[in-house]
Amino acid sequence: MAALDSKIPTGPLAEKWSNYKEHAKLVNPANKRKVEVIVVGTGLAGASAAATLAELGYKVKAFCFQDSPRRAHSIAAQGGINAAKNYKNDGDSVYRLFYDTIKGGDFRAREANVYRLADVSRNIIDQCVAQGVPFAREYGGLLDNRSFGGAQVSRTFYARGQTGQQLLLGAYGALERQVGLGNVKMYNRHEMVEVVTIDGKARGIIARNLITGKLERYFGHAVILATGGYGNVFFLSTNAMGSNVTAAWKAHKKGAYFANPCYTQIHPTCIPVTGDYQSKLTLMSESLRNDGRVWVPKTREDAKAIREGKKKPEDIREEDRDYYLERKYPSYGNLCPRDIASRAAKEACDDGRGIVPSGFGVFLDFADAIKRLGVDVVKARYGELFPMYQNITNEDPLKTPMKIYPAVHYTMGGLWVDYELMTSIKGLYCLGEANFSDHGANRLGASALMQGLADGYFVIPYTIGNYLSGEIFTKPIALDHPAFVEAEKEVQARAEKLISIKGKKTVDDLHKQLGKIMWEYCGMARTAEGLTKARKMIQDLRKEFWSNVNIPGSLNEFNPEFDKAGRVADFIELGELMVVDALNRNESCGGHFREEYQEEGEAKRDDEKYAYVAAWEHTSVDSDPVLHKEALVYENIEMQTRSYK
Amino acid sequence: MKFNLKVWRQKNANTPGKLVDYSIDNVNADMSFLEMIDILNDNLVRKGEEPIAFDHDCREGICGMCSMYINGRAHGPHHAATTCQLYMRTFNDGDTIYVEPWRSKAFPIIKDLVTDRNAFDRIIASGGFVSVNTGQAQDANNLPVNKDDAEKAMDAAACIGCGACVAACPNSSAMLFVSAKISQLALLPQGQPERDRRAMSMVSQMDEEGFGNCTNIGACEAECPKEIKLTNIARMNRDYFAASFGSQETVSTGEGH
Repeated sequence: MAALDSKIPTGPLAEKWSNYKEHAKLVNPANKRKVEVIVVGTGLAGASAAATLAELGYKVKAFCFQDSPRRAHSIAAQGGINAAKNYKNDGDSVYRLFYDTIKGGDFRAREANVYRLADVSRNIIDQCVAQGVPFAREYGGLLDNRSFGGAQVSRTFYARGQTGQQLLLGAYGALERQVGLGNVKMYNRHEMVEVVTIDGKARGIIARNLITGKLERYFGHAVILATGGYGNVFFLSTNAMGSNVTAAWKAHKKGAYFANPCYTQIHPTCIPVTGDYQSKLTLMSESLRNDGRVWVPKTREDAKAIREGKKKPEDIREEDRDYYLERKYPSYGNLCPRDIASRAAKEACDDGRGIVPSGFGVFLDFADAIKRLGVDVVKARYGELFPMYQNITNEDPLKTPMKIYPAVHYTMGGLWVDYELMTSIKGLYCLGEANFSDHGANRLGASALMQGLADGYFVIPYTIGNYLSGEIFTKPIALDHPAFVEAEKEVQARAEKLISIKGKKTVDDLHKQLGKIMWEYCGMARTAEGLTKARKMIQDLRKEFWSNVNIPGSLNEFNPEFDKAGRVADFIELGELMVVDALNRNESCGGHFREEYQEEGEAKRDDEKYAYVAAWEHTSVDSDPVLHKEALVYENIEMQTRSYK
Repeated sequence: MKFNLKVWRQKNANTPGKLVDYSIDNVNADMSFLEMIDILNDNLVRKGEEPIAFDHDCREGICGMCSMYINGRAHGPHHAATTCQLYMRTFNDGDTIYVEPWRSKAFPIIKDLVTDRNAFDRIIASGGFVSVNTGQAQDANNLPVNKDDAEKAMDAAACIGCGACVAACPNSSAMLFVSAKISQLALLPQGQPERDRRAMSMVSQMDEEGFGNCTNIGACEAECPKEIKLTNIARMNRDYFAASFGSQETVSTGEGH
């Protein structure tokens, strides 16, 4: 296996990307027509990559497990997308967006990647507007912005509370245009279940046709994974039901390193868990923290009275309320970064001051904003979010405070990639949430959409040429090549084994069990003791899964329970790696909070020992993974203690 | 709460289907309709029966994947909500609830409640975009857009492509879906160069897919979870006729218009 070379271009930070582009190898138009690229996943990263590569002339095959590429989970992103346009004239710049993102990630992201991200952020807005994405505008006809956590400027572009939807529909339109032109062949309801490698290079995939259940083989000169995050390892998360780690995990088992798996983002403003039947958690946009004030009662007695319904929130006098974010972080207040806001909510609830019957919930109160701005302004500002909350909870947030609690939302970890977004398997690329690169240990709000589109529209189209220029003489490999045959055989054997277990537990039973272990021991606060225990529990769960799962039906049909089982099997293996990674990182940073390492309740990093990316190499499911370290070298900024006080 | 369910079961596109009776107990009023089906499926799996296949993904009303016809209404009785945002408190204890798939020639059934809505993708592929390659764009603020136009474009762009409009329409017309995309782009300066071509291509593709015509019933608007307005259809018709009679553009059409 090759050493971990991040391939960061030389030269000053601000010139690295243009230097790279000026010297990257090109594929001429006649040759592009002969080169085939597979793109798995059609969210912001996948759809934008597939469309752009097809525009350039490559032959693209795109895959999604949903019934249409437009349904990928990017569609659910509410709040906005950051870009260093400085349209507000409030002092924003590429450098400032770069710095905020690095700091927001608690100095655990790769400097050169993040600078490039901030740099191309401006092109993204231009591109999306040209596509007809209906961003919010001011009366003068120019684009509007709002504020998001972790920043002191307004740089977030938005389309009501449906920014992800509008950006994805833009990328989807671009993708469908290429489908119509015959440059992309689209495979809906197909799930990638294996990467095929030949002589150490990715050369194709095995996909399961989810309608017929049949395994199908596809060749590509290169393979791009844009398959999203793995938050559903916790069972309950804000992810879509189908979001999964399977494609990335198969690649990992084929040799792609998995980096920083323990970095997960727990979003502070979600609707609290109410019952065991719940299938997912619903996010309330971070933008609500622009006007909402987070609080719990100062005393446990008051909190208990509210939990038991003996007191109402309005019965608690102003001086008896603890607006803990404003108290602890006066300069950022309710707009401090997500990891910090989440941990503070947990701290308040662990202290016995939670305000929902389960004990795990805090108030997000709009009373002051309504007093200041009037009901109509507040209603207009957050449009569909209030009715959505009311529909789910049966309570009107204009009359009584919202109840919120943190929930798993985003995963910063993912497949390790170099500056070119290539994984440690040659010709296998990874984009968007599925890779690890840009958010360090914590992602700032409105940065996920930015990264997905940066990778797909503006990075991969350049970097993949540098590789494919060496592949123009490679003829398409026949699908009866032994590597394809062998890969399919292995997938088939595993599938047959799974379906023939016919045990006593449903897939969801086992998935919920995994989720409980992960949330308890690898959630918002972690300890060496808990993690060690969790690892054993996950190993036992894996054994139980493979001997006691019950999957109805057969393999050669439309069988969603089987699809789910395959994904859960991979989540269990991933869960163990997350625990191993969390155990290895004897420090606290961003979303990774080890109770042993804190200073006055704040995360305590150990830059001397842990300023590295932990990239794990798979060995076998029964033995330890091998750790490879990529040192994080900051040439342009100083690593500081992250403070929002 | 307790419910009697009559659910459409159909093994695949080639096998006839029928309504099958199920009863379910201990339903919590705060459950979503899909969570209720999850529990029913869980019960079926434990009994060794095959669970009900249904489409769903985000479960927050935005992906457009869930698609159940409940008590004769697309997405059920709750106004402006998808099936996943329908909560059991909407029903009365002991109710009998009918659950069927979207019904339309252009949406063939795959299994049980799951249909094939690829026709919508093909309509978008025929013209539902602005032809601008990556990297060609000018600075975003060089193109001011009237705020009201931008708001109207956003109203139309809110469509989630679920197909409830088609399912609700006695003619299985897709005009609300198609007109929402045509309107979004017709209202914006970016959409102007291709305005004629887009209207003609998308309408042509819509007809080719086997969707019916609009006879001004309005069921689509009434059932749309995103409250897409009928005025979009008027806008589309105007654009289509203007393009057909007044434009030099020609697009390849499957059938004559």
